[in-house]
Amino acid sequence: MELYGRSFASRLMLGTAQYPSPAILAEAVTASGAGIVTVSLRREAGIERAGEAFWSLIRDLGVAVLPNTAGCHSVREAVTTAKMAREVFGTSWIKLEVIGEADTLQPDLFGLVEAARILTEDGFDVLPYTTEDLVAAERLLEAGCRVLMPWGAPIGSARGLNNVYGLRAMRAHFPDVPLIVDAGIGLPSHAAAAMELGYDGILLNTAVARAGDPAAMARAFAQAIEAGRLGFEAGPMEARDMAAPSTPVFGKAALA
Amino acid sequence: MRILLNGKAAEIEAATLAMALAELGYDDRLVATALNRDFVPADERAATILNEGDRIEVLSPMQGG
Repeated sequence: MELYGRSFASRLMLGTAQYPSPAILAEAVTASGAGIVTVSLRREAGIERAGEAFWSLIRDLGVAVLPNTAGCHSVREAVTTAKMAREVFGTSWIKLEVIGEADTLQPDLFGLVEAARILTEDGFDVLPYTTEDLVAAERLLEAGCRVLMPWGAPIGSARGLNNVYGLRAMRAHFPDVPLIVDAGIGLPSHAAAAMELGYDGILLNTAVARAGDPAAMARAFAQAIEAGRLGFEAGPMEARDMAAPSTPVFGKAALA
Repeated sequence: MRILLNGKAAEIEAATLAMALAELGYDDRLVATALNRDFVPADERAATILNEGDRIEVLSPMQGG
């Protein structure tokens, strides 16, 4: 998978939040084979060093980091957060989230496009968390985005691919743009289904972090993503409404 | 002077953002700063004068999805 000129052996991008412990997070990242993990910025009290401990753990894993602007509801908030993240994490990559609605955590596509334009002009490589809306996708590309990350379903919902038709249309519409399904994935089969549609990768977090055995689930996702991609590349057959015998009818004995 | 640090009121002697970070115990920490909702790069903190009622955000790396 190639994103902004960087190649990654794995098509899985893993979030780092909500794990039972830092050790289990590290195990899960290693088991997943992910080459990219998402990180964030939050307020730090002066006496703690929680942020530095976390950052040190991530650096030891030797993976690329993708900072996010999670929780930002306005363009200004998202842009400021992105600039702060660039300085702290030393990367111009940003997973751009501008949240528009509290119940679904649906992106505010208008704010997203505006923030994406400001950030790409400032030298950021923007990976926007968007929907499968084709018009918004066009606008994001015009704003300078070179990767699009449509949702599968609302963040943390584990509902899988809510709009397969829309995701398929998006893939067909942008054959050359790296497309990552970000959010809503609950099961390895959801990830495999997205890969079978021809998506370039999957970004997920909760499905692994909240599994009974996060490292095992991380492995399961890695295998599902590989299987789904291989299936896509192998050229799946078209579905049809009626049965068609797979065993040849010619030469069948007359025993009836 | 009174400022708001990460949403909480604080009383500081410092005149600049860099001095405020030292006074508040952040001097050697890996943090990013914002003043009144605008990003202040690390190399501009020493020249950033603080005023009464300023809102300072001090952020550090955190888990994220």
